[in-house]
Amino acid sequence: MTSIFNGSIPQASRFHMSSAPQDAISGRSRGPIEAIANAIADLGALTIDWVTALGDMILFALRTFSWMFSRLPRRETLVPSLYQIGVLSLPVVALTGTFIGMVLAVQSYSQFRAMGLETRLGAVINLTLVRELGPVLAATMLAGRVGSAMAAELGTMRVTEQIDALVSMGTNPLQYLVVPRFLACLLLIPSLTIMADFMGVAGGYFYSVYILNIDWFHYWDNSQRFVGTYDLFTGVFKSLFFGAAIAIVSCHRGFNCSPGAEGVGRAATAAFVYSFVLILILDLFLGILLDAIYYSIWSDVPSLI
Amino acid sequence: MLAQDDILETHDLHVTFGRQPVLREINLQVPRGQTLALIGESGCGKTVLLKTLIGLIRPTAGKVVFDRRELAELDDKQLTQERIRFGYVFQNAALFDSMTIAQNVAFPLRQHRKYRSDEIEKIVVSRLAEVGLPRSVITKKPAELSGGMRKRVGLARALVMNPEVLLYDEPTTGLDPIMSDVINELMMRTRSRYPVTSIVVTHDMNTARKVADRVVMVYPLARLDSHESQMIYDGSPDQIDQAADPRVRQFVRGEAGERLMEMQADDQ
Repeated sequence: MTSIFNGSIPQASRFHMSSAPQDAISGRSRGPIEAIANAIADLGALTIDWVTALGDMILFALRTFSWMFSRLPRRETLVPSLYQIGVLSLPVVALTGTFIGMVLAVQSYSQFRAMGLETRLGAVINLTLVRELGPVLAATMLAGRVGSAMAAELGTMRVTEQIDALVSMGTNPLQYLVVPRFLACLLLIPSLTIMADFMGVAGGYFYSVYILNIDWFHYWDNSQRFVGTYDLFTGVFKSLFFGAAIAIVSCHRGFNCSPGAEGVGRAATAAFVYSFVLILILDLFLGILLDAIYYSIWSDVPSLI
Repeated sequence: MLAQDDILETHDLHVTFGRQPVLREINLQVPRGQTLALIGESGCGKTVLLKTLIGLIRPTAGKVVFDRRELAELDDKQLTQERIRFGYVFQNAALFDSMTIAQNVAFPLRQHRKYRSDEIEKIVVSRLAEVGLPRSVITKKPAELSGGMRKRVGLARALVMNPEVLLYDEPTTGLDPIMSDVINELMMRTRSRYPVTSIVVTHDMNTARKVADRVVMVYPLARLDSHESQMIYDGSPDQIDQAADPRVRQFVRGEAGERLMEMQADDQ
């Protein structure tokens, strides 16, 4: 039973959660006021749980940063992470990018054709890709492929006491396990995003020009007019935050894994779900911020029509 | 016993998880060179106590003093330095499954010492030979070894930095009687070779009798009155059969006694 407590990081206590089962056991009937009170108490407990978990994750991130700046990871821990996270993710990111480029062409073609603006597809597809879909899809694939794997791996290490073994041998697990994974995600997600962008542009071009028979010159010409360097920068800049979020969330879930196969499975699922939600939230707020910066610098925006 | 002879001390140690107290007012002094067996049934908190001694679990209250320095007062770097002076043998060996046996045993050396790789290999092979493992295992992964061999690798890894204190967490659990005795012999041989203080958490009375100079029995808090000490026996292994406390005698003889009734009461 002691192994349950290997986490050593205290879980949020559920102060009021126990009231309902106790009532069920004693068979005592509950009045409506008590039921409402309990519901409010449960909501409060849930809020406390969430705030505690969020605070714990922020502390985890801050401690990772402090270790990252105090000592860089060794080559033998960083290189495998770079390979696992970056190189092995390339094919799946490239494939996703290609298909999403083609899907965009399929979906927008009929509407633009009805307006006689089919050569504008180049602008629509490529702008959507470099600003939004490229970075978000690359990050989603990374969260699915790498985030869950990291959470499962670190979770298994936690459950089988390998993290405790690291600590007992005088090695900080944040420095040894989290910093290389964090750096690999942070450094390689821009490349993955650019890969997704490139393959998406190629896929969109292929489908538009060879299957929908859109004039290639005007397709490129429109792309060039509407897609600027700032759009590309926006996507790549956002991806840095997505990469950091995936690494922190996934490693945190792994470190706080509950024991057993179920715990590891739950950590892997939670790593993906939390990362994905965080990616979308970050995407919205970074989008708003970067747009505000754009308009404050360049007020004239070329119109699609 | 003079205070400066104690390498490890705990003062009023309390550990609570959530709202469940696991350890209460543990006052334990371990003199240098002693082999102490911590016995008690599963879930009584003996592994938690062991992990608290090396700072893997932070005490809720009270303090752990190692070589006259309180663990809670050390910063990360100092704590790392102190931890190298410990060797921890985990219950399931806790070998890194992504590494080979050689990399596992060499891990602390690579982290904390600047040896050339041929020197490291020499040390690894000699440490593995000490625990009775052939050179051929060094390229294997932990998953390819049996439970007994993994435990021996765990012991070799714990010994590689020449620790002053060895902490064994259930070293013989899950092993056949012969392999258990091999591990017991290894623990005794380690003790005769190196000036090491050992704390052995076990519920195997053979181990406690064979290797320990002193036995401390820890009792689960849930079945203890609030005024009682959690350490219900502290003495030599020879006299434990004649202990005044019936709970100690019951544990030593391995009798279910009234606990069977308890389980039946739970079922109803």
